[in-house]
Amino acid sequence: MQNILNFITEHQQILYIVILMIFLGIEIIGKVPSVLHTPLMSGANAIHGVVIIGAIIVMGKAESDNYLALILGFLAVILGTLNVVGGFVVTDRMLEMFKKKTKG
Amino acid sequence: MENILTICYLIGSVTFILGLKMLSHPASARKGNLIAAAGMTIAILGTIFLYEDKEEGKKLGNYIWIFSGLIIGTIVGTLIAKKVKMTAMPQMVSLFNGMGGACAALISIIEFQHIAHNIENGGGAVHHGLLISIFLGAIIGSVSFAGSMIAWGKLNGNIKDYAYGGQQVVNVGLMAVILGIAAYLLFTLSPENAYWFYIIFAVSLLYGVLFVMPIGGADMPVVISLLNSFTGVAAACGGFLYDNKVMLTGGILVGAAGTLLTILMCNAMNRSLKNVLLGSFGGATKASGGNKEQGNYKEISLSDAATVMAYSNKVMIVPGYGLAVAQAQHTCHELEKLLEEKGVEVKYAIHPVAGRMPGHMNVLLAEADVSYDKLLEMEEANDEFKNTDVVLILGANDVVNPAAKNDPSSPIYGMPILEVEQAKTVIVNKRSMKPGYAGIENDLFFQPKTSMLFGDAKAALQKLVAEIKNV
Repeated sequence: MQNILNFITEHQQILYIVILMIFLGIEIIGKVPSVLHTPLMSGANAIHGVVIIGAIIVMGKAESDNYLALILGFLAVILGTLNVVGGFVVTDRMLEMFKKKTKG
Repeated sequence: MENILTICYLIGSVTFILGLKMLSHPASARKGNLIAAAGMTIAILGTIFLYEDKEEGKKLGNYIWIFSGLIIGTIVGTLIAKKVKMTAMPQMVSLFNGMGGACAALISIIEFQHIAHNIENGGGAVHHGLLISIFLGAIIGSVSFAGSMIAWGKLNGNIKDYAYGGQQVVNVGLMAVILGIAAYLLFTLSPENAYWFYIIFAVSLLYGVLFVMPIGGADMPVVISLLNSFTGVAAACGGFLYDNKVMLTGGILVGAAGTLLTILMCNAMNRSLKNVLLGSFGGATKASGGNKEQGNYKEISLSDAATVMAYSNKVMIVPGYGLAVAQAQHTCHELEKLLEEKGVEVKYAIHPVAGRMPGHMNVLLAEADVSYDKLLEMEEANDEFKNTDVVLILGANDVVNPAAKNDPSSPIYGMPILEVEQAKTVIVNKRSMKPGYAGIENDLFFQPKTSMLFGDAKAALQKLVAEIKNV
C-alpha cells in the first residue's frame, strides 16, 4: 500500500497529465459529425505516430556495436515514420476532397 | 538546450490538441491536420538535435541511421498514401496504425534488452514502473500491430472471416496467459527467466490475430478505430518510459478520443461495442438468411431504366460500396448533370455507414465534384423518399435492407436504414444477386416496385447516360 502511495506522489505530474488528457480527448471530439469520423480517425492515427520520438531516442542511444539494437531501432524509426507521414498524407487527401465540396 | 526541447514538446502537445479539435469540424478539418503535422515535425526535429540523456548528459548519436530511417519512411509513406485509391483508404489507415503499433512494440523490446543486460551485469534493482510500461508497450503494441494487419487483409479481401466455437474462451485464456507471465516477470525478473518476455510478445501477436479474425468485415472500421486508440495507449507507455510529455499527451489524447470515436461509430450503426466485438456479426449469421423464401425479382432493361428516370420529377441516388469499387463516382456525377438538364431533381441519400467506413461516400462523391447541398443525410433523405419517383441504388445493400426495421431475427435488426421502399419505383444496380457484406438476403429486391439492373456500377451508369441522351 505504501508503495502505491509513494508511486502516486512520485509520479503525480504524469498522472495529472493522463487524467486531464483523457477528459480532454473525450471532450474535444464529442460533437464530431458522422461525415468526419473517417478523417478524424485517420488524423488521430497520425498523431499517435508520436511514438516515433521514442524510436529516435532508442536509436540515438544505441551503442554502435550493438547491432541487434541498431537494427531493431532502425526498423522502429522506419515504421514510426510510416505511421506519421502516411497518416498525415492520407488524412490530408481525404480532407482535400471535403474542401472542394464546400466550395462546389 | 534542454529548455528549448521542452518548448518544442509543449508546442507539439498543444498542436495535437488543437489539431484534433479542428479535425472534428468540417470547415477547419484540413487546417487542423496540417497544424498537428507541423507540431509533430517540430517535436521530431527537436528530439533529434536537442535531446540529452538525463543521467549522462549525452546527446543522441547514430544520426546516419536515424536520418536514413526517417527518409526511407517518409518516401515510402508518402508514395503509398498518395497512390492509394479512395476506395482503399480504410485499409491504409489500418496499415499505418499497425506500423505505429509495431514501432511501440520494438521500442519496448530494445528497452527490455537494456534492462536484461543490466541485471546480468549485476546492475541494481529494476524499477517496477519502468518494467510495467515496457510490458504494456509490448503487449498493446503487438496486439495493435497484429490486429491491424488482419483488418488490413480483410478489407483488402485477402483474409476471410473465420469464426469458431469457444473463441471468446480462448481469447480470454490467452489474455490471462499474457498478464500472468507479465506479473510473474515483474516480481522475479532475472537473467534466467528474461526470455519469458519474448513469449509475452509472441502470445500478444497471436491474441491480436485471434481478436480480429472472427469479427465481420463490415465492422472493420470500428475495429480499426479501436486498435487506433490501443496504439495511442502504447505510445503513451513510451511516454512513461522516457518521461516524455509529448508522447504521453499525444498517446493518451488519441487513446481517449479514439475510444469515444469507436463508440460514436457503433452508435451510428445503432449497435453497442460489445455487440460488435462479441457478436461476430456477418460471420456466423450467414446461414439464417439463406434458407428464407426468396420469391422472384424482376430485371429492368437499360432503355426502360433510362426512360423512367428521364421522365420523373425527382430521382434519389443511394450510393454504396459497389459505386466505390467500380470507381463510378464521376460517371454518377455525369448522370446527375444530364438528368438535371432534363429538368429532373437529383439528390443523393447518404447512409452514415454506406461503403466501408463512415463518411466514405461523402469523400468519394466530393472527389467527383458533386455539390455539397445535394448530399442528404439519412434523416433528411427518409423524409423525402415519399415524394421521390425513382430511387437508384448503386451497389448499396445492407443500408437499404428493410429487415433492419421489421425482422427482429435479422442480425442487422435495429440499424437505422434508408427507407427507400417509400418511393414510387426502386431501381437496384448490383453485380449479382449475391447478398451484401453482412451476408444476409435483402427482401427489398423481391418487392414488386423494385427492379434490378445487373452489372458493374460504372459500366451500367455509362450505358445509362448514353441511353438517357437518346431519350
